[in-house]
Amino acid sequence: MATADSATLEAVHIDRDEGNFSYPEDYTHDAGYGLNEGTVDYISNIKGEADWIREFRQKALKVFFSKPMPTHWASKDLENIIFDDIRYYLAKGQTPTRSWDEVPDDVKETFERLGIPEKERKFLAGVEAQFDSEAAYSNVKESLTKEGVIFVNSTEGLREHPEIFRKWFGKVIPTGDNKFSALNSAVFSGGSFIYVPPGVKVKHPLQAYFRINAENFGQFERTLIIVDEGAEVTYMEGCTAPKFETATLHSAVVELVAMKDAKIQYITVQNWSNNVYNLVTKRGLAHENAEIRWIDCNIGSRLTMKYPGVIMKGRKARGEVISIALSNHGQHQDTGAKMIHAADETTSNIVAKSISVGTGKSTYRGLVHIPRHLKGCKNNTECDALLINKDSNTDTYPAITVRGNQHSTQHEASVSQVSEDQIFYMKQRGLSEGEAMSLSVNGFVNDLVREFPMEYSVELKRLIDMEMEGSVG
Amino acid sequence: MSQSLKIDNLHATVDGNEILKGLTLEIPKGQVHAIMGPNGSGKSTLAKVMAGHEDYVVTDGTVLLDDINLLELEIDERSRAGFFLAFQYPHEIPGVSNANFLRAARQARLPKGEEVDAVAFYKEMYLKMDELGMDRKFTGRSVNEGFSGGEKKRNEILQMMMLEPTYAVLDETDSGLDIDALRIVAAGVNAMRSPERGFLVITHYQRLLDYIVPDVVHVLHDGRIVKSGGKELALELEEKGYDWITEELLPA
Repeated sequence: MATADSATLEAVHIDRDEGNFSYPEDYTHDAGYGLNEGTVDYISNIKGEADWIREFRQKALKVFFSKPMPTHWASKDLENIIFDDIRYYLAKGQTPTRSWDEVPDDVKETFERLGIPEKERKFLAGVEAQFDSEAAYSNVKESLTKEGVIFVNSTEGLREHPEIFRKWFGKVIPTGDNKFSALNSAVFSGGSFIYVPPGVKVKHPLQAYFRINAENFGQFERTLIIVDEGAEVTYMEGCTAPKFETATLHSAVVELVAMKDAKIQYITVQNWSNNVYNLVTKRGLAHENAEIRWIDCNIGSRLTMKYPGVIMKGRKARGEVISIALSNHGQHQDTGAKMIHAADETTSNIVAKSISVGTGKSTYRGLVHIPRHLKGCKNNTECDALLINKDSNTDTYPAITVRGNQHSTQHEASVSQVSEDQIFYMKQRGLSEGEAMSLSVNGFVNDLVREFPMEYSVELKRLIDMEMEGSVG
Repeated sequence: MSQSLKIDNLHATVDGNEILKGLTLEIPKGQVHAIMGPNGSGKSTLAKVMAGHEDYVVTDGTVLLDDINLLELEIDERSRAGFFLAFQYPHEIPGVSNANFLRAARQARLPKGEEVDAVAFYKEMYLKMDELGMDRKFTGRSVNEGFSGGEKKRNEILQMMMLEPTYAVLDETDSGLDIDALRIVAAGVNAMRSPERGFLVITHYQRLLDYIVPDVVHVLHDGRIVKSGGKELALELEEKGYDWITEELLPA
C-alpha cells in the first residue's frame, strides 16, 4: 500500500543508509557529538555570551543530567533517544547539502501539490541550507522598529537587550520544569525574542513574512515574547510542508508574557518527518485582563510531546488552546494543554481534536487547575478523537482539579470513527474512497482550521487530503 | 446500444441469507417504474445492491446500465457512470457543508485538471434550491446534520438534480414526509423526467404515486417480481393490501 508519508520515509532512508548528506569537517564551528560541560562552553564561546548566560546553561546541564526520563507517565519510546549520538550545535554552513536531482520524486511531488514556492522547496528538501527572506523581511522590520518593537534571535536578544529580556528569561518555564526544558536551557540556539511596547498593536502576524528561516528551524530553539500593557501581537511558526530533518531530536522552549490588557496569539503549524522526536515546552503568563491563545497544529514526527499552557496570574486573564493533531502510520502525537488558574475570574478554554490514521496513535493530556481560594473561574474543555482505521489508537488523560464551589467547568470528550455508511453515502455521490475520507476528516477539524490564517488553512486542507490518500487501501 | 437499466435474475445475500431470489426488471430510458411490496420483501436490498453496498453479496445475475455491467464497478464508479440512489435514511457528514459536498461530487465527474466553475455552480445550485423551496442557508450547513426528515429528503433530490444521473432509484423517499414536502419532492422528480432518464421509485404506499405517476408498477414479494401492471395496480394494492397478491400466488 502506498502511504502518503512514504515521501518522508524515503528521505529518512536516504539519510541513514545511503549517505547522500555530507557534513563539511570544520571543527571551529562544530560542538561535536554528545553532551558535556565542554559542549555547553563551546556554544557560549561561539555566541560570545555574558557570564550569567554561561552559568544559566551550565546549571541547566546539571539539572538535565539529574532528571530521569518521564517514562513513568510518558511513552517508553523516549528511551530510544541516544543523547551521545546527537550534535547539539551546528553553525551556519554545516547543515547537510545535496543536489535537487537527489531529492526523491515523491518529495518533489509533495511540494508541487502543496503549492510550495520554488525557492522554499529547495530549502525544505535540504538542497539549500539557508532560505533568503531578508529582502521581504527588511520592510517589515523597518516599520516594526519605528514602533519600538524588538524582533531578534535569541543570541541577539540576550546580548543587545538584557534589560528587557533577562527579567523574564527562564521565568515562565523554569529550567527544571522537565528534562527537556533543562536540555533546551543548556544548549539553546535560534528562536525569536520579541518585545512589543505598551499600546502597540502589531498589525500583521510576525514571521508570516519570512516563514522559512534557518534559525527558526533549529533543534533547540528558544523563544521569548513579551507584550507590554495593552499591546497585541500574533506570531506564527512553522509551515505545512514537511521538513526533511537530519536531526532527530528537537526540543524547543517557548515563553510568552502578556502584561495587563495585552493579547498574544501564537500559531504553530508543524509537519515533521517520521524520524523526529519533537519534545516541546510552551507556556504563557497572562497578567490582569490579558489574553493568550495557542493555536497549534501538529502533523508527522515519530513522537511529539507538547502541552501548551497558560498561567492566568491576573484577574480576568484568559487562556486558550486550540489544537489539531494528526498521527499517521507509526507516529505518536502526545499533545494537550495546561491551564493554571491563579487569580479570580480567570477563564480558560481548550479545544483539542486528534486524528489517528493507520497505526497512528493520539494521546490527549489536559491539566486544569483551579485552587480553592479563588472565585468565579471558568474552564471549558473539549477533546474529540477521530479514528480512521481499525488499528488506529487514541487515549485521553484529563486531569481537572477544581477546588471550591464558585467555579464553572465543563468537560466533553468524544471518540468517533468515520462510519462505513457515511463513506458509502459519499461514494454513492461519486467520490473515491480517498476523497470521501479526506472530506470527512476536513469536516471533523473544520471549525478549528478556521482559526488559522487563510494561507495556512488552505495548505492544511491540502495536507490532510494527502495524508488521507494513504489511509485507504 | 441498449437504453435501459436492466436487472436480470439477480440473487443477493446478506449475512448468508438470500434476500433477492432471481429478480428481473427492465426500466427503459424515459420511463418511471415503481416497486411496491410488503416489509421484508427485498425493496431496500435491491437499492443497496445496485449501489454496491459491501454488506450485500451478489450470488447470481446481472445489472446493466445501458451497456455497462454495473456490478463490476466500484461504488463511486457506478455513481459517475450515471447511477443515483436517493437514500431512505440519508447520512450526516459533520463539518462538510452542503455546497462543498456537491461541489466535490461535481468535481469528481470532471477530467483531471479541470475545475468546477464556482460562479456557475452556485448559480445553478441556487436555482435548483429555489425549485425545491430550500432556504439558501442550507448551502452552508453540514450535509444532513440536524436536518428534519423532510429537509433530508429534499436534500437528496437537490443532489440528484445537481448530479443529473441517467438512472435514479428513489428508496422510500416518501417516508417521513408530510403532504406539502411530498408535493415539493414529487415536483422536483417530475421536473427531471425526460426521455433521457429512467426512474425506479421504491415505496410502501401508493400515496407517492399520486404525485409521481409511474408508467409501470411492479410488486416485489420474497425477492422476486411477482406481478407487473400499469399505475392502476398501485391503487388495487392500496385497496386490497398485499395479502391479495400472496394469496394469488398460492397454487390453486
